[in-house]
Amino acid sequence: MDHIVIIGNGISGVTAARHIRKHSDKQITIISAESDYFFSRTALMYVYMGHMTFEHTKPFEDWFWKKNKIDLKKGFVKTIDTRNKTLVFSEGDNVQYDKLIIATGSKPNKFGWKGQDLNGVQGLYSKQDLENLEVFTPNNTICKRAVIIGGGLIGIELAEMLSSRNIPVTFLVRESSFWNSVLPEGESQMINKHIKKHHIDLRLSSNLKEIISDDKGKAKSIIIEETGEEIACDFVGLTAGVSPNIDFLKNSDIETNKGVLVNRFLETNIPDVYAVGDCAEQREATGNRKPIEAVWYTGRMMGEVLAQTICGNKMSYNPGHWFNSAKFFDIEYQTYGWVNSHKNKSDNESHFHWKHDDDTKCITMAFDKNTNQFLGINTFGIRMRHEVFDRWLTENRDIDYVIKNLSEANFDPEFYKHYEREIQKTYKNQLQLA
Amino acid sequence: MSSKLNQSMSLAKPDAQDISTKQKLALAIGFIGFFILVLALFNTNFSNKSFFLTLSLVLISIGTIIFSNDAYLNTSKGIKNDGVWFKSISSRGVLGWLTGVFLTLFYIVLYFYPEYLGQSSNGESNTGLIGLFDPLSNLLSGRPATQWFVYGTLYTVAILIFGYKFILKYRNNKYEKLRTFSVMFFQLAFAFLIPEFMYRLNSDLPYYDLKSIWPLNYYNFERYRINQFIDAGDVGLGLLIFGIVSIFIITPILTYKYGKRWYCSWVCGCGALAETVGDPFRQLSDKRQVAWKIERWVIHSVLVFVILMTTAVVYSYLGNDSSKYWLTRPAFLGLVTTFLTLVFVLTMVFKRKELGKDAIYGAIGYFVVIIALIGLHYFSTDTKLFLIKSETLRTTYAFLIGSIFSGVIGTGFYPIFGSRVWCRFGCPMAAILGFQQRLFSKFRITTNGGQCISCGNCSTYCEMGIDVRAYAQKGENIVRSSCVGCGICSAVCPRGVLKLENDSMKGRINSNDILLGNDVNLMDLVNQK
Repeated sequence: MDHIVIIGNGISGVTAARHIRKHSDKQITIISAESDYFFSRTALMYVYMGHMTFEHTKPFEDWFWKKNKIDLKKGFVKTIDTRNKTLVFSEGDNVQYDKLIIATGSKPNKFGWKGQDLNGVQGLYSKQDLENLEVFTPNNTICKRAVIIGGGLIGIELAEMLSSRNIPVTFLVRESSFWNSVLPEGESQMINKHIKKHHIDLRLSSNLKEIISDDKGKAKSIIIEETGEEIACDFVGLTAGVSPNIDFLKNSDIETNKGVLVNRFLETNIPDVYAVGDCAEQREATGNRKPIEAVWYTGRMMGEVLAQTICGNKMSYNPGHWFNSAKFFDIEYQTYGWVNSHKNKSDNESHFHWKHDDDTKCITMAFDKNTNQFLGINTFGIRMRHEVFDRWLTENRDIDYVIKNLSEANFDPEFYKHYEREIQKTYKNQLQLA
Repeated sequence: MSSKLNQSMSLAKPDAQDISTKQKLALAIGFIGFFILVLALFNTNFSNKSFFLTLSLVLISIGTIIFSNDAYLNTSKGIKNDGVWFKSISSRGVLGWLTGVFLTLFYIVLYFYPEYLGQSSNGESNTGLIGLFDPLSNLLSGRPATQWFVYGTLYTVAILIFGYKFILKYRNNKYEKLRTFSVMFFQLAFAFLIPEFMYRLNSDLPYYDLKSIWPLNYYNFERYRINQFIDAGDVGLGLLIFGIVSIFIITPILTYKYGKRWYCSWVCGCGALAETVGDPFRQLSDKRQVAWKIERWVIHSVLVFVILMTTAVVYSYLGNDSSKYWLTRPAFLGLVTTFLTLVFVLTMVFKRKELGKDAIYGAIGYFVVIIALIGLHYFSTDTKLFLIKSETLRTTYAFLIGSIFSGVIGTGFYPIFGSRVWCRFGCPMAAILGFQQRLFSKFRITTNGGQCISCGNCSTYCEMGIDVRAYAQKGENIVRSSCVGCGICSAVCPRGVLKLENDSMKGRINSNDILLGNDVNLMDLVNQK
């Protein structure tokens, strides 16, 4: 009987394990150095904010694993000997595998800033990060100010978390407007306003120069590159993106670049070794997607695909239409298809933008200027149906059709005010102007 | 470090949630009002009862309103669950336990020792807390207060002021606002005012909260009430018919169209208290699978119990002579047997595939037991129907279910087990509505394609202990008999995944993994069972 060993108990590894179990009775072992049981990483913020306890972040009860004969092993894999199919643990023991799945996820980026390894300087990714947050930012007496470096999805979550405990936050964003490397300008500016409304000290076009240490090796202030300003703080959050967590593979035969290099079958250069999720890097990216996709949903899909392959039904990773979602303080965000930022969009991509006066709702639709084909939508503050947009994208609908049938896609709770008519009116007016 | 992370892990307890000066002031005002009630309980002889009763209720209300305003109106619209698990009251801390013990004791005294509250016997005038409420009772219905009047007043005030708090907390969500207006209205008008006025108009009528439907209102068809209904003439007869129509006609139609939520979270008084006063405790419900298993057996056993009890009670006062009255004992038992058989057979024929194994065993077991017991009638004496005296059945039900379960445990244990313990494990009305909701209703909670991130907010805040996430992360619609449609799972979802909907019956239960965004061929394979 094959022994399938999975390094990493995040969504990718666990999804792979569950689906392998569904389709076979192979021996399965999941290894993690982070936690005893699978938990939802995306929910760590809610534990800090007091919405949930850590127990609530576990999607499966503890008996689930034994019942499904999935062995869990806590330990840190130090090296991989692919020739003898052996994992060596830093605790000294080792494990033999027949097939190995690497699903070790990401780690927060550090760009060589001075002081980046001081106490009180950290990212927000792992359970240990959460535990350290409780040490360095339990309240606003111990942490009088926090500085967050990097304006992405984790950065804004960390800002929301810290302000839930009334800790003043300075938010350093490299771009001229929040996340405008991804979001079109109108949306990005609406989120800027929303961030400031929550009393976050938002500093745009600002880079970190260095973090200054006190005499005990703990961060006490940061200096901004552009202005030279020094900001006193007790905590520095590094949220300038993540990169694959694969340092332990350095001396192995497994080929890596930024991540573990895999083909479309999620196979590495070594037979019987696979990689899924954040730590996998596609040799050739799929469509508009990046070679490394550090997204919950893609990790889940890769896990499902690989389970098929391992159970004898070889399949390639072939994701459908892009989608994603996030929440910026009180504003929910969903995206279906591709809407590119002004910087990244091609000449053919045109945008229709509608924003509500209260600055909490807006949508942007991307379409092809020449063919009018609908390319994608960003929606803020209005929930939309995944199923409907997925269908419209498959059917290559044009923008007129999508605007006309928009109410079909509405997913807001019952009795909510609808904005389709307003959106349709704005669309007509913009056509006349153009 | 242990894998269990909780507040004690902090060097300092997260305490940024401390209350503001204004909130302290509000608490002081509210507690002065509460203290007047305590003084009355200890037989303080207030010179002007009307004044002090008004003062007490007004102070409690003002305190709650000021507190709520300060807690929510200064913040942006959105989900307000910061620090829920750090606060003593909402995380089974000292305050939570003390509140639980206090409420439990209050219910025990209310149900079993009303004389401690000042309830008079032998026509003497009320004293203590109940005496304080005499002026209000006289004003409304022209008779002195009882422990139930005091309880009803406090219950209604609590729903109104905490309903106000709830509306502020969820003021971003129109579904929640409308629903709360609805329960506040039904409590104030239907449960509190109308019965008192009805008494004023016709003192022969029994107390009748029109929205309280059998079997929740388990005593509705008892002999003394039937006599009162009939003695009260046409109005009384109309009410009696309304009581029967409510459960056999109105309820099935509304539940088919909207799910059980039309009742449980829009109309019902127990639901009203759970949704308003109980809102800070909704996250305490047990989410484990074993709790769900226990729930299914307990709630359906209560339903069987109430059906047996009511059948026995009605049987006991019917006659045998069909020339006097058409509804004789044999005719009544025939009707009950036919109805139950019909429900059982239709379910087994048309919905068998939607039932779990244990549900089928349970249904067959219960059915056999009921039919066997009714069959025993033909071998038993006149006073007994189910081997036991109907009066014994009635008092046992009233004590165990009516008092202990719904009151003492159901509400007293709010801060320990969450706000819907009664609704989830005990309420026979919820069992009937849930049975229909699961098998024959347009209602479901739709999940939004592949957008779920398994964060668990939905499961945490489900007051019925449904593991909503288990469905959402598979892209499966949630069709559960226990769901009361409060809509909080949808409200707290950070990714816009859940939507309460009434739509066609077709495709309502999709037990397939249909996570969109995946390769279509892959999804076909994943769904091969």
